Amino acid sequence: MAASLLETIHLAHLPPSMPVHVAVYRDVQNAPFLRQQLLAANAEFEYAFIDASVVLSRTHLLSAVFRAVNDSMNGRLKSRNVHSEIVFSLNPTTNIAESFRKFGITDSTKDLLVVKVSVTPEITHDSVAAHLGQHVEGSPVPFDDETLAKIADVAKIKKAYKLGALNTAPPKQANGTQDDGMRRLELSVLGAIALRGAT
Amino acid sequence: MELITQGAEAHLYKTTYLTPSTPAALKIRPSKPYRHPILDRRLTRQRVLQEARCLVRLVREGVNVPAVLAVDWELRDNSSSGGEANGNGNGYAAGAGNGAWILMEWIDGVMLKEVFRAWEGYVKSRTGLSDAEREGEEGKVKCLLRRIGVAVGLLHKAGVVHGDLTTSNLILKSQAAQTNGVDGDGDGKGEVGTVSPHMEGEIVLIDFGLASQSIQDEDRAVDLYVLERAFGSTHPRTERFFGEVLEGYRGSYRGAGSVMKRLEDVRMRGRKRSMIG
Repeated sequence: MAASLLETIHLAHLPPSMPVHVAVYRDVQNAPFLRQQLLAANAEFEYAFIDASVVLSRTHLLSAVFRAVNDSMNGRLKSRNVHSEIVFSLNPTTNIAESFRKFGITDSTKDLLVVKVSVTPEITHDSVAAHLGQHVEGSPVPFDDETLAKIADVAKIKKAYKLGALNTAPPKQANGTQDDGMRRLELSVLGAIALRGAT
Repeated sequence: MELITQGAEAHLYKTTYLTPSTPAALKIRPSKPYRHPILDRRLTRQRVLQEARCLVRLVREGVNVPAVLAVDWELRDNSSSGGEANGNGNGYAAGAGNGAWILMEWIDGVMLKEVFRAWEGYVKSRTGLSDAEREGEEGKVKCLLRRIGVAVGLLHKAGVVHGDLTTSNLILKSQAAQTNGVDGDGDGKGEVGTVSPHMEGEIVLIDFGLASQSIQDEDRAVDLYVLERAFGSTHPRTERFFGEVLEGYRGSYRGAGSVMKRLEDVRMRGRKRSMIG
């Protein structure tokens, strides 16, 4: 099995006892199996399995994690557990099924983001790394912005967040412009995540 | 968490988002114990959401405002203790005690109020300025005023009115290589009068606590009027150049012209159109 690149992160304002573990895999071979475990509600496989092509950056993913964990601590979960809530948190609307179709793992997912929150003290970096190493058939890559940028499908992301009109990549401009466009897209996405469900 | 400022409705803290290296501004609207709890929750929720919606819309439209990173519009009950979902984190309400909050992008820079104050101090202290120097200084400040006008114009173009435009709610974003003038800490008091302050950089609008979505000439004109009055009372030596703000505004979007006409009416009668409320 491939060496683990699982990253363990402590998010600001969340309890230090609840670190978040994130791993990224490319060329995943057994997406249908992993998805099946979710559908069967196999407790062993309580993860947020996310299609990495709809994630722009670390901040994008971690914002959704932050919202899900915060909602969970305040007893406001709309879905089954904090892990399904992470997938739901990525969605700009309040349709849970839709959020899994758009952001969750599908049978054809090749690039996969896995998130696990240490909701109990038994869940540690090592236990998560070992379990994932055993069951995810894919090549682990680091959870960094460079890797995510390579995987991200910007057109798909814009569509998912209904930001089609946003011009992200005006070609033939000075170097700064494209970065500005991407930054604006990212910040718009963060706003959509933060405001989901506001009535 | 460091308290930055405090108003009647909200407290502003400097904190971090996700990682310790990402600074962020946390605006908490504490619950008001003198209000009926149901009304209190409703008002707080409405106001937090209104502010957040305006900001998110402006970010999408590409207007220079702080981005919204996270929002919580649910005032927590004091009576029932904590969430029931997970025993783990009870009482560890993210960031805020008892209040609804908005977590925003941190804007590094100086309040324009401080920039103008420093500039007025400088011009006043240097009685021996030659005509050419004086002209140069005035040119600099006129350029800044024009850019304020453009910033307000783009805000209005995006369909939002600010509701409380003053020079404290405009920030001159610090640039990577800032050399002279007002220091980046935002106090700017140290060097008043000795050097002419730095005036380059983007203008960012902040504090949308009284903002609303509107495309009415009346609301837009009131925004300009409030800013004009703020200049009159806070920066007397800069007030005579206020026309530059309006010039910048006029050219910034279609529709600015009719707002300027409306501004004449507002000047005649003041900010309130109706005598109610």
